[in-house]
Amino acid sequence: MAPSIETRQLTKSYGQFTALSGLDLNIQGTKCVGFLGPNGAGKTTTMKILTGLIRATEGTALINGVDVVKDKKAAMASCTTIIETPEIYPSLTPKEALSMLCEIRGVPRQERSKTIDEVLARVKMSEWADKKVGGFSKGMKQRVNVASTLLSDPEVIILDEPSSGLDPRGMSEVRDIVMSLKDRLVFMSSHLLAEVTEVCQEVAMIDHGKLLVYDTIENVTAKFAGGGGAVEVSFAGDVDEPLRARVSKLPGVTSTTKSNDRHLIVKFDPAAVTQDKLLESVAGLKAGALTFTRASGLEDAYLSLIKETL
Amino acid sequence: MSDESKSVVGSLAHVGITAKYNFLNYFRARRFYVMLAIIVIITGLLTTLVGYYRPPSFVGGDALGFYGAGWGSFASFVVVLSAAFFGGDAISGEFQNRTGYFLVPNPIRRSAIYVGKWLAALAASTIILGVFALAMLANGLFYFPGSIPWEFVESFAFAWVYLVAAMSLAFAFSSLFKSSSISILMSVILLLFVFNVIDTVASLVAGIEPWFSITYAAGIISDVLNVPYPAHKVVTSLGAGRRFTLAQFHATIPEGLLILGVYFVVMAVLGLVLFERKEFTS
Repeated sequence: MAPSIETRQLTKSYGQFTALSGLDLNIQGTKCVGFLGPNGAGKTTTMKILTGLIRATEGTALINGVDVVKDKKAAMASCTTIIETPEIYPSLTPKEALSMLCEIRGVPRQERSKTIDEVLARVKMSEWADKKVGGFSKGMKQRVNVASTLLSDPEVIILDEPSSGLDPRGMSEVRDIVMSLKDRLVFMSSHLLAEVTEVCQEVAMIDHGKLLVYDTIENVTAKFAGGGGAVEVSFAGDVDEPLRARVSKLPGVTSTTKSNDRHLIVKFDPAAVTQDKLLESVAGLKAGALTFTRASGLEDAYLSLIKETL
Repeated sequence: MSDESKSVVGSLAHVGITAKYNFLNYFRARRFYVMLAIIVIITGLLTTLVGYYRPPSFVGGDALGFYGAGWGSFASFVVVLSAAFFGGDAISGEFQNRTGYFLVPNPIRRSAIYVGKWLAALAASTIILGVFALAMLANGLFYFPGSIPWEFVESFAFAWVYLVAAMSLAFAFSSLFKSSSISILMSVILLLFVFNVIDTVASLVAGIEPWFSITYAAGIISDVLNVPYPAHKVVTSLGAGRRFTLAQFHATIPEGLLILGVYFVVMAVLGLVLFERKEFTS
């Protein structure tokens, strides 16, 4: 049976606040699925319900067809996770912490040492294997957390922002590890759209606790990124409303969106203006434009689907 | 690794695994050595003061009197500190320190985690209590060579039963709160002050036997070192014409053990239910 993650009418309320509202998601097969949405959209809530850290107010969450509330032991038997940068008992070494998980997961005694050595080598933590975790940096702990997800040959891996706390090299290594997990179902939340584009084949986007879209990245991009071109322009200073308005009035520009304080995503109609002419026009504003990058299709789709950041 | 090579681990085995690694964590943690240091300070002070001043309450009578004055006065304090140190944040720490995010999302029941951590905390506390008992024993044998009263062995056993009940209570508070410091503080305040105040008010002021109090039941630890065992109820008349009466209660040994047993069961169930229902929210 192919690995699967399924939620049926999954709802989670905290008093008057609804974090998840009837989420229906059915992911089947071996692939990597990016889970996207703004802060507070319900991504971590979904993942916590799937892993038994919190309970749904209504609905069902299943891993490999097993209800996580009714039989968490069976549901988690072939699923490993990283949710919200876990901490490890500070007096234990990575070897001991991973050995504890191996024992819990029923990894045979004769395979434990080899398995732990292998996963620690994969996350470049071999030389720290016998040092106490209490003295580790956040990034080093996250590497051990990543190693913990590779133990016991899981079919399903749930990763909540796995690059969190890692330096650029660490991020790149985690991406490589995730990409190497070809024969599993990886469900990964991230705010790094470039990372998701590189690593995942499919995306599920969620906002205000509701699923907006679940499809392949190609289909999502084709449907929601729009047919026009898009560039991201970075400025030396903050992008204020008058500057955004000036850019919006340039020939061929169809819309502008601030991606952060100093970045503006400029969508344009290629039939009306070529990209080089548009860049000349932006530079001609003498507003401190520093760099131009082609905005990714997924980013366009994200911005078109998700209008608010909170 | 093939699925066939993985074995299904039972909940009892999970309890043992959790207990083993939590004990390892306790054993290497600073707090274990802080507790040991507290025991060394208490016994060091007692040894020095008794050796220098030779107070009659310690060395003026028999061995039983010595253990009553030394062990009987401090054993409950050591139990409370150990329970609070090792049990006070055992569960709340999983939330506040986020270690629960590493352990809970695994094929393991929360009840197995709870019981495993409880056993680890009890084992660490038993070592502390054992070290204190050995230090008292060494002092006792110095002043009264070759004489270890049976009542001291009984008292140690009752102190351990008190530890079991106090640990359950500390774990229940630990499950109730998400803050480690609050759950430790609540355990200490309750076991060192609140219950003692309730005992005093109930017995001396209201004349009611405080059968509902864990510290009242723990009185058997020191009472058993008195021969004969104190009367269940002692009434003292005071004032002109002896118009005012004060009642003081001593739990009998079966009553004390029963109260401690009830505390253990009720608090264990309460703590477990709270932990099962508690959510890992940020």
